[in-house]
Amino acid sequence: MILNLIYRSLRQHALSTLVTAGSIALASGLLLTVWVVKTQSQAVFAQTNSGFDAVLGARGSKLQLVLNSIFHLESSPGNISAADFEALRRNPLIGGAIKTAIPIAVGDSFQGWRVVGTGEKLFAEIEYAPGKRYAFAPGGRNFKLGAHEAVIGSFAAKRLGWRLGTTFHPQHGVSEKAERDHDEVYTVVGILEPTSTPVDRVIWIPLEGIQTMSGHNPLAKADLSAVLIQLRAPTAGLMASNLINQSGGKLTFAYPIGTIVAELFNKIGWFDQVLTLLAWLVAAVASGSVLVSIYNSMSARARDIAILRALGARRRTVFGAVVGEAAVIGVLGAALGFAVYAVLGGAVAAIIQAQTGVVLEPWKFNAVFWWAPATLVGLCVLGGFVPAFKAYRVPVAETIAPVS
Amino acid sequence: MSLLTIKDLVKTYPRPATAGAQGAGAAAGLHRVVDIGEFSLAAAEQLALRGESGSGKTTFLNLIAGILAPDRGSILLAGREITGLGEAGRDRLRAETIGYIFQTFNLLQGHTVLENVELGMAFGRGVDRTHAIELLRRVGLGDKHGHFPGQLSTGQQQRVAVARALANRPKLVLADEPTGNLDRRNAREALYLIREVCREEGAALLLVSHDERVLAQFEQMKDFAFLNRALAV
Repeated sequence: MILNLIYRSLRQHALSTLVTAGSIALASGLLLTVWVVKTQSQAVFAQTNSGFDAVLGARGSKLQLVLNSIFHLESSPGNISAADFEALRRNPLIGGAIKTAIPIAVGDSFQGWRVVGTGEKLFAEIEYAPGKRYAFAPGGRNFKLGAHEAVIGSFAAKRLGWRLGTTFHPQHGVSEKAERDHDEVYTVVGILEPTSTPVDRVIWIPLEGIQTMSGHNPLAKADLSAVLIQLRAPTAGLMASNLINQSGGKLTFAYPIGTIVAELFNKIGWFDQVLTLLAWLVAAVASGSVLVSIYNSMSARARDIAILRALGARRRTVFGAVVGEAAVIGVLGAALGFAVYAVLGGAVAAIIQAQTGVVLEPWKFNAVFWWAPATLVGLCVLGGFVPAFKAYRVPVAETIAPVS
Repeated sequence: MSLLTIKDLVKTYPRPATAGAQGAGAAAGLHRVVDIGEFSLAAAEQLALRGESGSGKTTFLNLIAGILAPDRGSILLAGREITGLGEAGRDRLRAETIGYIFQTFNLLQGHTVLENVELGMAFGRGVDRTHAIELLRRVGLGDKHGHFPGQLSTGQQQRVAVARALANRPKLVLADEPTGNLDRRNAREALYLIREVCREEGAALLLVSHDERVLAQFEQMKDFAFLNRALAV
């Protein structure tokens, strides 16, 4: 019977039910988005290393070095000379520990998309994730050293609308308002299949293309922005890190990449907390709206409740019906919250992919998918207790009819 | 055999602060509204009580229905002492034994006609849709199941109220000025219907009214002013 009463009351107050459920849905969607983006981005960013264990670069911040060379964000902390790198490689302690080294040079872009110079080996030999090698879309191939050829990441190609054979002038600088066009014309010879890594957002050209680009400092034509390194064993990373970072020289060895990225999230941890707090506040306000919505209608409902009581409904029945109504609104709102999350979470994931190349999976199971809706429904039920208590106390005789 | 037996039933309300001196028989600060020495009603009997507004007759019906608890006295209904029951017990007894027809119909506006009738049985023996439909057919609303009260005339609304009061197959139907909001023709029809359906269902009927035209329809009528000793002081 209680279910019937709940259903009919919700039907009778359909508009306020929908509005209240809508506010719960927004809160739930916001909470899910904040939580999933927070937990998943932390995990995904920390796992994103494009297949490398460490980055060697100029003296400076390890985080800046990793962001610049792995995520293609931020500015470069500076250049290192190829001679310095070769000297390091000849060091038996360090050279023996390096399995693969891929040099990169940065500093140019095209309409905000970064142009990065590297060797052929990156696309020919490197696994960007365990068991996954770079692949070219049909008809494409790797660039040739010495040629004005480019390989473009899938996301950048899609956004720029580039196809095989597209030509472009790299622009000096990495901001969207690049200083000037270089004279050289590059031709796209390969479009990479999606990798869900920052590589998808980059236009790749041969290393010496950046180094010798017209307008670049000719004295720096042998300089590198960083060297991406695969190690033979993790212990070698710690040893190299100690040797290079504590020597006080011109180089920085950023290792391990995941730990360094995690530092970024530690630094912005307060922002996470503020966002989470805001999401919970919205959830609390939305749950409060259930209380207010039902409570405000209690005066109008008092007569209905008195009639039900006169027909034999017990106090606990009307109490249960009101609490149940709040619970149903909560369940409805939480369910709709997943639709809000689909839109909001999808949009945030798309923005993150556009800005970083890192792909989040909004529908990958996350514990928040059950505990957030459950908590919201719980809060709604708590909110329902106040009007339910009012319903419980409705004086039947005085409410139902004038005394004669 | 008596269906309803009442003895020494007293109900008081707190006296308003501005009220005058206390009358004899009134406890300090309390206003005696109902004071019935003896009253009884047989099974299937139909009795009208004449009472003016403010005479305490609604309170009397509410005491019988168990909506209000008396200060003292005895109400024996269908072999059960109401005054010995707690509120939940009275609710159950009311749901199973009593049908109540109100002057203002008291239909739930958000429920359809059929749902309103089903509410009359929902808290007692449970919903019997076939019986609800049959009752609606009996009161001439067989084609109005899906209508909401606001879509019906006042006469039709009172018919729904009659069907609802009979829905739980009550032993006793209480009717409080059931024709008070109806015009003469509808009042006549509603009264006929109430009496007829109660007769068919074997339910006793206790009706209170101040309308002489209504009271004149009953073979048995009592004056509530004589019954209620609180009015004599």
